[in-house]
Amino acid sequence: MNYINIQTTINISRKERIMMRFYKKFLRRLGKTLVTFFSRLGELSLFVARSVYHCMTPPFYFKLLGRQFLDIGFYSLPVVALTTIFAGMVIALQTYSGFSSYGAESAVASVVLISVTRELAPVFCGLMVAGRIGAAMAAEIGTMRVTEQIDALTTLSTNPFKYLVAPRIIAGVLVLPMLVVVGDIIGIFGGYVVSIYQLDFNPANYINSTINELQSIDIITGLIKGAVFGFIISLMGCYNGYKSRGGAQGVGEATTNAVVASSILILIFNYIITGMLFTK
Amino acid sequence: MKKNKIEIKGLHKAFGDKVVLDGVDIEIKEGESLVVIGGSGTGKSVLIKCIQGILTPDSGSIKIDGIDITQLDREEAEKSYAKMGMLFQGAALFDSLKVWENVAFGLIENQKMPRKSALREAIRVLRQVGLGADVADLYPSELSGGMQKRVGLARAIATKPEIIFFDEPTTGLDPIMSDVINNLIIESVKGLGATALTITHDMASARKIADKIAMLYKGKIVWQGTVKEMDKTNNPYVKQFINGSSEGPISVEV
Repeated sequence: MNYINIQTTINISRKERIMMRFYKKFLRRLGKTLVTFFSRLGELSLFVARSVYHCMTPPFYFKLLGRQFLDIGFYSLPVVALTTIFAGMVIALQTYSGFSSYGAESAVASVVLISVTRELAPVFCGLMVAGRIGAAMAAEIGTMRVTEQIDALTTLSTNPFKYLVAPRIIAGVLVLPMLVVVGDIIGIFGGYVVSIYQLDFNPANYINSTINELQSIDIITGLIKGAVFGFIISLMGCYNGYKSRGGAQGVGEATTNAVVASSILILIFNYIITGMLFTK
Repeated sequence: MKKNKIEIKGLHKAFGDKVVLDGVDIEIKEGESLVVIGGSGTGKSVLIKCIQGILTPDSGSIKIDGIDITQLDREEAEKSYAKMGMLFQGAALFDSLKVWENVAFGLIENQKMPRKSALREAIRVLRQVGLGADVADLYPSELSGGMQKRVGLARAIATKPEIIFFDEPTTGLDPIMSDVINNLIIESVKGLGATALTITHDMASARKIADKIAMLYKGKIVWQGTVKEMDKTNNPYVKQFINGSSEGPISVEV
């Protein structure tokens, strides 16, 4: 009888010990994740503050700024053109197949206009440039970090924020809105092509209803979104590159993080900006 | 009696719980060349980065020409940093810029020298480190390791700094090229009359460059003296290090 009692108490305490260990492990993991999250958040906020400060104060490197304009803007044109033209085309097709049963073919022009200018052109521009430029920025700055080129800048009395980060952020904020406007035009043109040549609409009527529907808010939304997305892309590219550690693997990680983070942030901010501008 | 160019007292630096520098005291006189030796991971690079303002020390003072730069605000300290040049371990050349633009970087960006005269100056400095004018228009990736080191040296001395740092100048080079680089370092430092601080674990290089040698171990300077004194010393740390023995007071954490 006694023997059995002892046996059960041992069993319970062992079970308890296992549970204790489990909880401890769980809490430790949770704590570590939270601490990392908040220290990252602090680091990022500091980085944003420093970047913005150095964007505003001289010296400015106009030559580097020009190079970024070309890289981010000009060389992104083909990608932006391709994505937005197909976006416009597909919207025209879908709208027609959805609305034709109600006999409202005229709606196609305005749906294409609104969806392209307000949502599709900014988001597609943002995502494509994030993939193209965000990755390149993180890789370039990350490589400069791990090969000590950033330290070398400092030893040559050049502030890396002014030399590397500021031109990219200024260019991102200024160029993306322009890309969005180009995307607007090409996207609407895509819708027009499909409507005229595939759905047999009257070209004059289509153009007329597009112009009648066009409001300044459509373009302004795109411009605001473009500027915000440009800031996000450049910031994430520079931040992840700047903080990268540990050789080729670290640079690879930085590149992935830059693209993933900027893509997610673009979609989140797209929702927030739409919410702020269009809900009353 | 020459005055102290660099004077470091009680320098502490830790990353999280890991103490890297634990009260370093160093004095370097004007025109003197000090070599800090020590194993990998003893905080040699951190020491240089603290002096250059790339890292901020936790406590202690760093005096350059008698002024404590840790107490100055950023703009004031920049003036002291502008007196320094550095040769990095991997040369750290800007690979988006041509060789001559690398060498002339400090001249163009900070001293606002016009590009034409900066190019002429860059070619002159390149010749000084034994490179012809034909490499000036190449990109750093087109050069061999030894040539990159030379360009790195040229970039470090182009601004005529009063203090030059050398971070493992001979690592990754063959013995002959190492000797060439060592000679160039001596020439350029003497030529400028600059004060030099070198960190290395290459003893041949240390013997050649150094006026004085200091040994860093576990974040402290455990020994200081001239090359001659180093060969006679009974300090067990130094003896173990220069003999390259795995047995002794220095334990290697694997």
